[in-house]
Amino acid sequence: MSKSLSHVFLPVFGGTALVLAAAVAITNRNYGQSQIETLETRISQVEAHAATAQENAQAEASRAAELAAKVEEIQTAAAERVANGMNLTAPAPNNEGTYGLGRPALEQEIAAWDVDVLPDGRGLPVGSGDVWTGEEVFVDRCASCHGEFAEGADNWPVLAGGFDTLADEDPVKTVGSYWPHLSTAWDYISRSMPFGEAGTLTADETYAIVAYILYSNDLVDDDFVLSNENFADFEMYNMDGFVVDIRPETEYAEWREEPCMENCKTEAAVTMRSVFLVETPPEGGSNSVMNEASADGLPTFTAEGPSFIPTAAPKPEEEAAATPAVQEIDEADQTTDLFAAGEKVFKKCKSCHQVGDGAKDSTGPALNGVIGANAGSVEGFKYSKAMKTAAEAGLVWTEEEMAAFLAKPKDYMKGTRMSFAGLKKPDDIEAVIVYLKSFGS
Amino acid sequence: MDDAFKPSRRAFLKGSAAVAAGSVAGAAAADTPDPLITELQDWASYTGAGVDESPYGMPISFESHVVRRNVEWLTASPISSINFTPIHALDGTITPQGCAFERHHSGAIELRKEDYRLMINGLVDRPLVFTYDDIERFPRENHVYFCECAANTGMEWAGAQLNGVQFTHGMIHNMEYTGVPLRTLLQEAGADISPDKWVYVEGADASSNGRSIPMEKALDDVLVAFKANGEALRMEHGYPVRLVVPGWEGNMWVKWLRRIEVVDVAVESREETSKYTDVYADGTAQKWTWVMDAKSVITSPSPQMPIKHGQGPLVISGLAWSGHGQITRVDVSKDGGITWETARLGKQGDSKALTRFYLDTNWDGAPMILQARAIDETGYVQPTKDQLREKRGENSVYHNNCIQTWYVSAEGIAENVEVS
Repeated sequence: MSKSLSHVFLPVFGGTALVLAAAVAITNRNYGQSQIETLETRISQVEAHAATAQENAQAEASRAAELAAKVEEIQTAAAERVANGMNLTAPAPNNEGTYGLGRPALEQEIAAWDVDVLPDGRGLPVGSGDVWTGEEVFVDRCASCHGEFAEGADNWPVLAGGFDTLADEDPVKTVGSYWPHLSTAWDYISRSMPFGEAGTLTADETYAIVAYILYSNDLVDDDFVLSNENFADFEMYNMDGFVVDIRPETEYAEWREEPCMENCKTEAAVTMRSVFLVETPPEGGSNSVMNEASADGLPTFTAEGPSFIPTAAPKPEEEAAATPAVQEIDEADQTTDLFAAGEKVFKKCKSCHQVGDGAKDSTGPALNGVIGANAGSVEGFKYSKAMKTAAEAGLVWTEEEMAAFLAKPKDYMKGTRMSFAGLKKPDDIEAVIVYLKSFGS
Repeated sequence: MDDAFKPSRRAFLKGSAAVAAGSVAGAAAADTPDPLITELQDWASYTGAGVDESPYGMPISFESHVVRRNVEWLTASPISSINFTPIHALDGTITPQGCAFERHHSGAIELRKEDYRLMINGLVDRPLVFTYDDIERFPRENHVYFCECAANTGMEWAGAQLNGVQFTHGMIHNMEYTGVPLRTLLQEAGADISPDKWVYVEGADASSNGRSIPMEKALDDVLVAFKANGEALRMEHGYPVRLVVPGWEGNMWVKWLRRIEVVDVAVESREETSKYTDVYADGTAQKWTWVMDAKSVITSPSPQMPIKHGQGPLVISGLAWSGHGQITRVDVSKDGGITWETARLGKQGDSKALTRFYLDTNWDGAPMILQARAIDETGYVQPTKDQLREKRGENSVYHNNCIQTWYVSAEGIAENVEVS
């Protein structure tokens, strides 16, 4: 499909001529009847190929014509809109051929980027993974957000359970209860997970994680092995739960009547007031805020103004307070460079850690003042057993200890919940430590 | 139009009296001279800022509250989250880029034009790779379109929740885009454009946020855009190149666009199965619900924009839009939907773009229950919340285009409410 006309066409015709010539020569030397038959078969095959190539070329030409006609049609309509003052610019002209812009994509390039997996399994690489391997990888790479049993930590997505809740007041939409295609899970995990380290899982790891998620949803037994070969056979629990947009029939048809303008109802009373002030989060806010509706937390009003009090913007004096730390660093150029480099490196940490003004615990603890602090000392943060043990043993995050930890977290501390693979470059480690140091406690 | 603004001496006096009696500062029935006029002010004597003081100008400090805001507890992390356009404080229709809402799935990335590549492959005769410079060599068009997140107003299904139009309706922005029609690139690659084909698009960020677009839409009005409101896209909106899918849910407007693939089926990616699908009351889910139906909301008065001037002339203002085309009419009710008046519309003709409406009225100081109702070129009338719930239940999350209600007290304070 992807090859240009000349590539497909010429070699095929060239090939035909060669084989014909060979056939004549071979016949003259009185080869046996069977060889001649073989050659005749081969000739007819080559001719068939040539015919197919010709057909393809014709199809390509007719597709191009079809496309040009379609574009012409769209652009005529657009030109009409311009005439009626409805478009800002005249439509882009329809080019007869192509503009000859861009360059052919190489096969390796397409292979690198075209990794999507279709519902029928097309696009899957060869590989496999079992439930138990999946559990190991999941605990290591996914559990810090999704929980060890895929039950979801904090506000992160729940991946397991929720069966038969879709018609409930608060449906639990998980991979097991909701997702209609298994390909979606494989495709998404392979490309976009783990959060903050996308694209780092091997195909086998991905098969294993998907197998484990199915297991945690009770959809397979613990001896299940998922591979490219049995993938397409797997049917999801909610595979028939989706229909294509029915609004045109159920809503559009009905809601096109001229609306009422007067005496449309007898009375209009307020039946519910807004539940949340924006600055007052509900206890343990959830992904689905709809289920938090209640009469609690009614806003209070005063004659002076509305209930809304902006809180998200930093106050000017807070900004000023954060500045000195950076200014001190300004004194040494080298440190400034390291700070800037460290700030960049810290992007890798940001999916789990906050640092600086107003930093809070999220998946990982807030990191203000971490360099020089006792390990595991952020109050209220749920540390792993391993981190607690290290803290009790008196671990202090000196620059050296932090550098060792960041190089390979899992090797440095077996059992740490930090799923980060580590910083490979010593320069990056040095820089991020300078960056972290600039934020006092 | 019965209640349209009719200036009268009586109304003027009533208004003035209310202001004088209230705590609101301002010129009213002056007994003593206003020192702002009679005394020499600093700014009328000293000189102001020179040119270049701010090579790229920011709004004056007095407007520093007009910014995007998020609701922290909505999401687990600001890196995969959303914030809201301050639509309460804007007028006209164009959203400045700097306060246009952001929605990222793996954070906003810094991608240089020099490092930008766009691949088109799949069912095409010529798989191609374009650089940023290549994109700027194709014929381009300008169009104004709204971009609305499918989850806009999604928190309000089960009841009145967030007290501010920025939060109930602020997942929307409206910009003038410059870009190349997607059909031009499809043509360049010799794509198979049969109507049963799909165009799968994905971004260069870690989330990739892939979506499948049916061929008919891809050929129609989709743009591969590189400028908004005349300048380069902002990082948070997909610099250097994003997709613009007019009238369709914002999630399909893939940012940092890196690949366009022609396929024979919808990919059924995470963003079009587990998310951006609508669960109805019986537990079945709607998929491929791409179009954003007609919707309107009053932006002032609203909870963040109380009436501070007392009785008298009042401008009720708001926005209306439809993914099906033009807005043809907006009605406003001040009594919770018992009677309606037709509002004055801004510029006609913008299709799939925000339309500004105004109802110029005299406020008598009595509490109001304000509502707006949009009608688009297909004749579709924006439904009430109850009409929507009757069709879909309360768990739908996305595509809530119901009529919004604000209760305005005699003090001019507005609140998000539901009405019988």
